[in-house]
Amino acid sequence: MPELGKYAIEVTSAYAVSILLLVGLVVLSLRRGRSVARALKNAEERHKNG
Amino acid sequence: MSLWEYANPRRFMAVTDRWMPWVFGAAAFCLCTGLVWGFFFTPADFRQGESVKIIYLHVPAAMMAINAWAMMLVASLIWLIRRHHVSALAAKAAAPVGVTMTLIALATGAIWGQPIWGTWWVWDPRLTSFLILFLFYLGYIALWAAIEDPDTAADLTSVLCLVGSVFAILSRYAALFWNQGLHQGASLSMDAEENVSDVFYFPLLMSIAGFVLLFVALVLMRTRTEIRARRLYALSLRERMS
Amino acid sequence: MIALLLRDIRLAVRAGGGFGLALAFFLIVTTLVPFGVGPQNATLALIAPGILWLGALLACLLSLDRIFATDFEDGSLDLLATAPIPLEGVVAIKALAHWLTTGLPLTLVAPFLGVLLNLPGPGYYWITLTLAFGTPALSMIGAFGAALTVGLKRGGLLMSILVLPLYVPTLIFGAETVRRGTEGLATGTPLALLGGITLGAVALLPFAAAAALRVNLR
Repeated sequence: MPELGKYAIEVTSAYAVSILLLVGLVVLSLRRGRSVARALKNAEERHKNG
Repeated sequence: MSLWEYANPRRFMAVTDRWMPWVFGAAAFCLCTGLVWGFFFTPADFRQGESVKIIYLHVPAAMMAINAWAMMLVASLIWLIRRHHVSALAAKAAAPVGVTMTLIALATGAIWGQPIWGTWWVWDPRLTSFLILFLFYLGYIALWAAIEDPDTAADLTSVLCLVGSVFAILSRYAALFWNQGLHQGASLSMDAEENVSDVFYFPLLMSIAGFVLLFVALVLMRTRTEIRARRLYALSLRERMS
Repeated sequence: MIALLLRDIRLAVRAGGGFGLALAFFLIVTTLVPFGVGPQNATLALIAPGILWLGALLACLLSLDRIFATDFEDGSLDLLATAPIPLEGVVAIKALAHWLTTGLPLTLVAPFLGVLLNLPGPGYYWITLTLAFGTPALSMIGAFGAALTVGLKRGGLLMSILVLPLYVPTLIFGAETVRRGTEGLATGTPLALLGGITLGAVALLPFAAAAALRVNLR
């Protein structure tokens, strides 16, 4: 860890909050992408068969 | 070979499928380098101390918060004029990313403001206009979510985006008129005499590149999702009909 | 067009809805404020312009869904869309009718409610003037919001989320003019900007609202 002086809490919490938000956004986007892709695959197969 | 070829969803999907890993890789590389560089290997500012390290998050996030709205505006215009579905869906895909960026800018700003200004929040014009921008994003997303038919939703949200842009700019200057600011001016403009020094500048540039690339990667990925969702909706409609 | 204006006004008055209710709402909001912030006259005088503006804005917001919703439900909006007058004109007339039945009464009542909030002397003049300048913009922006959400079942809450951020510049300039006026400062700039926003909204928003209506009527 670098020497953060008296602002250690502020700097680390700012990084923590931001990284948490970004990771959350990426994870949510990935999960929604996966589920939609899967649903579309199912629907297309049903469409072809039926 | 023109840009409009990517307006074909099939072509867009094929090309972005190839690009996705590269864009994500580049985004991860730039973001990690910029943030690690900024967090571990930059000196403290002589006035702000170590709290200056927050700049590597705050400035890129704030830039992307505004640029995301600008991108949505352009995409909405393209949809209204040329009726390319990919464009409307890209605008829809960008909105949540823009909200997150706005939230990061507001949160890091509040965390930085607490020790330096002595308060989490002031009704400074810049802060106020970001809060208003956040509200505009919320309204835009809420309107997308409320309308079932994708084309109607795309049309209405595009009109809202156009009108909202005008009013967002109006609000910005109204807020400027309304209260004097505490926020410092731009520190990266080309013509300013007093800019940040190179020690802070290069990691900041890296971090900005990381945020831009992350935005592009996320928007591409989310647009792909939206294209699939739209196809899914069309298929389910056809099934219900037959 | 005049026939349409008269019809809308008559409907608003006769239905007993928007007309009286908006005024009653304005009165209630103004009455509730001292309960919230305390009865000290000095405090109330300080916040009176802002409260009056906010109250007028919210009262305006409440009656917005009446602009298009009832006509959309009984199909007369489809008739109006195919009528020889352009839809932009219909939107502008309906916004005007809304202003005449909501914005204008609110403007006229505001000075009397100012008494309740211990509004300082010059404030009465300024609150009436700024509301007269600003409420047409509120009606026009509201008509745009109503046009966007007309096809939705539970559009009311969504509309307020869409419309309220658009009210920000009008509110800022309106309340700022009253504040400066009561303190005896120059009011020319905010007043001109307030009027500018109103004129701009009246000139441009009918087109946006009509575009949204056409999409919803498709």
